[in-house]
Amino acid sequence: MLTRETIVNIVLAALLLAVPLAANASGQPFYVTIATRVAILALAATGLNLALGLGGLVSFGHAAFFGIGGYAAGILASHSFSGEPLLFGLSGTKQMPLIWVVAMLVAGLVGLLIGTISLRTSGVYFIMITLAFAQMVYYFAISWPAYGGEDGLSILVRNQFAGVNTMKPVSFFLICYVLLMLALGLFVLVRGSRFGSALQAARQNEVRVATVGIAPYRIRLTAFAISAAMTGLAGALYADLNRFVSPSMLSWHMSGELIVLIILGGTGRLFGPLAGAALFVIFEYLLGGLTERWQFFLGLILLATVLFARGGLLGLLAGKARHG
Amino acid sequence: MLLDVSKIEASYGASQALFGVDLAVAEGEAVALMGRNGMGKTTTIRAICNLNPPRAGSVRLAGTDLKGKPSHRVAKLGIGLVPEGRRCFPNLTVHENLVAAARPGAWTLDRVNVLFPRLAERHAQMARSLSGGEQQMLAIGRALMTNPRLLILDEATEGLAPVIRQAIWAAIRKLKAEGLSILVVDKTLSELLPVADRCVILENGRSVWQGPPAALTADLQDRYLGV
Repeated sequence: MLTRETIVNIVLAALLLAVPLAANASGQPFYVTIATRVAILALAATGLNLALGLGGLVSFGHAAFFGIGGYAAGILASHSFSGEPLLFGLSGTKQMPLIWVVAMLVAGLVGLLIGTISLRTSGVYFIMITLAFAQMVYYFAISWPAYGGEDGLSILVRNQFAGVNTMKPVSFFLICYVLLMLALGLFVLVRGSRFGSALQAARQNEVRVATVGIAPYRIRLTAFAISAAMTGLAGALYADLNRFVSPSMLSWHMSGELIVLIILGGTGRLFGPLAGAALFVIFEYLLGGLTERWQFFLGLILLATVLFARGGLLGLLAGKARHG
Repeated sequence: MLLDVSKIEASYGASQALFGVDLAVAEGEAVALMGRNGMGKTTTIRAICNLNPPRAGSVRLAGTDLKGKPSHRVAKLGIGLVPEGRRCFPNLTVHENLVAAARPGAWTLDRVNVLFPRLAERHAQMARSLSGGEQQMLAIGRALMTNPRLLILDEATEGLAPVIRQAIWAAIRKLKAEGLSILVVDKTLSELLPVADRCVILENGRSVWQGPPAALTADLQDRYLGV
């Protein structure tokens, strides 16, 4: 049975694929890059959506995972380029799949660590403590000169993926698109699983969950780590897109941006992050072309969304969320 | 004894609500916990589940001291709570409500659906869209899915239409016949007493009377339960 939401989702997925392919065919690679940005931000926000949308965990520190993923790509690539061994005599790598695995592992582990401590709190304390952890990572990156410090780290040549010329914008876009779709598939699996039900139940009422014998803490910690790994993967792709990593990927602006994406698109909705990322990038491009102060107008739009369209873009297009 | 509650005291902040409650449930027994409003029935249940851990006294489940165990651990040890006021997860479907709670054992989704055919009919519906009686069935079904050794029902039929109450009492009788141990709180004596093997009456946070339903004379009822 095709619900309205399914149709909206299919249309969004098809649009994200069709627009850059058409732009590429008509010789306008700039739009391909824009679409790649949408796909990567959507992937990062899908990661956050697992924690925030399903688990109700308003993490204001997901930039940490995004940046860690980015630095994983940057550091591995720079070691591969310079030939210097990295850790324990291991060398760097230019292979994307390996970089992705490392990015997800490191981001996931840091997520586990941050989650272990911050999930003992809730509400506004959780928001603040995740922010504090992210800021720690941010200042660490700034004060670590080996990898560029405040200036960031360039990736001279985009990393490689076997059989694909990643320097071609459309090829790299397709890689990102496939990963986004895989992540959305994982989101569906998680949401439909027993684990996902328990996670959403814990968001709604912690005590009731405990009385049926589920420990909310462990469920949330698992979700937080998966969420961190997914956002870390997006960070690695983002670094490869820009061929540059800097502490700005770790800053709290980035954390805020990810939350904004989700709210614009529709919290807890499968395609909310994609809709939000598309809106955000389009605003950035259109409004940014008109005025330097485009973020003022983004703020107004966000305000309007929160006040009048709480379901975000998907709420407007596909009706009320099943999970309110 | 499956559940052995001995001299528990509990407070909400500075105000003490329980001053020594003794209560026991044997394997396969149905015990009615009775008393007027505000005498400590729900607090006793919250204390047993460590939702409001007792300050003094002990709670043992099949010999295991529950002291200091978090609520989810208590539930895993075998206490299935059906809390007061139909507490389902409103934004999950009936199916998800049940499956999220499931733990291996004799009670499966199929058996819950046989016990409450209404839940099978509404399996894809959001819990918040169910009627009050259906939500109560869902809350009981959810507790059964955890395969508890002891089922605790707190005001399971409060505010429900007579037909629905009958359905729920019928289910409770069926559970008892199958040998499940039950601790039940309810206000309607005419429905409660036939099910109970034993009654425990609370007054002002103390257990003041225990005995079989037959021994609960009109005088006692008037003394401890009448309004």
